[in-house]
Amino acid sequence: MDQQSFVNLAAIVAVINASIRSAVPITLGALSGIVSERSGIVNIGIEGMMLSGAFAAFMANVFLSNPDVPAFWQQQPIRLGLCILAAVIVGMLLALLHALLSIRYKVDQIISGTVINIFSLGITGYLYIGGQNTLGGLPNVINNPFSRDQGLLFYLGAILFDKGLLTYSMFFLVFLIGFALFRTTWGLRTRSVGENPRAADTLGINVYRLQYTNLAISGLLAGLSGAVLILEGVSFERGMSNGRGFIALAVMIFGMWRPSRAFLGALLFGFATALQGQLQFLGGEKVIPHQFVAMLPYILTLVVLAGFVGRARPPAHVGQAYEVE
Amino acid sequence: MDSTISSPLPAKPSILPQFGALARSIAVPVLAVVTAVLIGSVFILLAGLDPFRAYQGLVEGALGSDAGLTRSLLKMAPYILSGLAVAFAFKGGLFNIGAQGQLVVGAMLSAWAGFAFTGMPPVLHVLIGLGAGILGGALWGLIPGLLKAYTGAHEVISTIMLNYVASNLLEWLVTPARPSANPGPLAFCNTIGSCALAKTPPIQPSAYLPVVYQPGGNTQDTLHLGVFLALAVALIVWVVLYRTTFGFELRMVGLNPNAARYAGIKVPRLTVWTMVIAGGLAGLAGAIQTQGVYHEFQTNQSLTLGFDSIAVALLAGNSPIGIIPSALLFGVLGAGGSQMQLASRVPVELIQVVQALILMFVAADQIVRRVYRIRAEGVGEKVKLSTGWGSR
Repeated sequence: MDQQSFVNLAAIVAVINASIRSAVPITLGALSGIVSERSGIVNIGIEGMMLSGAFAAFMANVFLSNPDVPAFWQQQPIRLGLCILAAVIVGMLLALLHALLSIRYKVDQIISGTVINIFSLGITGYLYIGGQNTLGGLPNVINNPFSRDQGLLFYLGAILFDKGLLTYSMFFLVFLIGFALFRTTWGLRTRSVGENPRAADTLGINVYRLQYTNLAISGLLAGLSGAVLILEGVSFERGMSNGRGFIALAVMIFGMWRPSRAFLGALLFGFATALQGQLQFLGGEKVIPHQFVAMLPYILTLVVLAGFVGRARPPAHVGQAYEVE
Repeated sequence: MDSTISSPLPAKPSILPQFGALARSIAVPVLAVVTAVLIGSVFILLAGLDPFRAYQGLVEGALGSDAGLTRSLLKMAPYILSGLAVAFAFKGGLFNIGAQGQLVVGAMLSAWAGFAFTGMPPVLHVLIGLGAGILGGALWGLIPGLLKAYTGAHEVISTIMLNYVASNLLEWLVTPARPSANPGPLAFCNTIGSCALAKTPPIQPSAYLPVVYQPGGNTQDTLHLGVFLALAVALIVWVVLYRTTFGFELRMVGLNPNAARYAGIKVPRLTVWTMVIAGGLAGLAGAIQTQGVYHEFQTNQSLTLGFDSIAVALLAGNSPIGIIPSALLFGVLGAGGSQMQLASRVPVELIQVVQALILMFVAADQIVRRVYRIRAEGVGEKVKLSTGWGSR
């Protein structure tokens, strides 16, 4: 191959990698939405859970990176494991609050989710202090073993390797949740509660307990997607989730409440985000201002919503509080 | 007991409810605020600071002087209008989270009308500016209205997405020149081509909202006519909702779109109009900020105004008249925040936490009722928002 095509290949690999990188938190957010909505609860609070999860992961990292902390806790696997744990726990707590409000107190699920979003924005803004340092985020699980001279292998390796643990976990979780939803008892129960809680109740399924459980899992996934933003991304900043939680919901609808299709949808959004980086890299701002490229994922969300909501069939009972008789 | 089933529309409420009914209806919001303030104190204590000094500073800053009072009223005005933008849509069964985007688009368009036209008579120019603001907001409400009415795209997501689109679009419009890019079309640049921070040129003095009262000192703390305009609009919205056929139909759609459809109401068209008017109200909020306070458009003005208005509306139980005290409370919180930080070193962001807590306790009124043992009020008008994704 000549020099020119290698340059193009490098650009393509960069776009693919950037697409995957942006797709990871969105996919996890979409999984969070799927687990919740399949059990009949609309979770519009994913955005807030993501933001709070990111904040928890960041603060845990800051705290554990302090030189006064014993070296044992600073070992990379322990420190980063605890960061992930913090994000996941915070996400779960917020999701359980959402569950409490919407299942027990019958607060409208949309309002309850919005409360969580606004609360997260307020509390993380209040507690965040800028200019704090950490010992760094997740390293690559395996570095690309190929060198540049090996040509195609190198580029293939750059896509397959050079990624953090959470990125690989996402692929696993897409598979796991897809399998669990359609091949296990839990999945069957979840889907039946989302479609017809009365029938499920009659058959002896504890509707509320299942919804609480699913909300906890949903919060776990949303918290994890927040951890991705910090541990495989950048430092914390106020409001850093930037609408990803809502994009995740659009992706969930686009994927018709199925994990694997949602992942493909997330890749599409990741691609839209990746274009932005490429454009800036290529100095194309004179042609298209970067703000327009930055709008792309949001406009894409609108298009997806407008085009797919009519045809997509959500779980029949989603959004409606269920009253046990 | 299914509290979500809509009862027939209750009798026309009078603008001033009976005292007993009033006391019952404000008990929950008042207690929600009290609870939020108490929990806010816990957050202050956790940070090792003094909640008494914080709240004292807040009250002094907002109410302790003429300037403070003026500032509180000044901050109340946009909260009334953007709160109405949320409440109006809510009455029609739509959750307008996009007041933020509608507000900034309105603010920008009002600024454009303010600097682009020169040599105009003041009254006319002020009206054109306000009209431009309403138009901008209405346009930004039209999009999610159309999407909801004709495709079923849920307004909560589409309005949020439009908030981001608006902020990017406006940032581009006023972005200064950089080596890699040309300046935005509305950026404020001087004759030799150097641009100020991201903002538009200042508007003409003929587009300024007239000043009603000036306590002296800081020139930004002047009471402009927009404050009274906002109060008047709240009354007008009440009249429209409770004394016109349109308002009746709108509330009917909010309570039960299916019943409304069977009654012959064109639900999609009403949905679009609801969002357009809600957007216009938010746009007006932006316009009075531009023409009364900033006299230009900056990308970093009114950063959270539209979001806070969700809490303003819910605290008021989405009542257009209730919005006034609710907005005043948020105005006080906003006006006293910096004094609070000065007096007690508690970060201003605490205000956001308290606001979020207020929102939570108002939304989950059953928690407040249980804690303070208040009797429930039976089945009232209850709008239902989360009916799946593609309904209507």
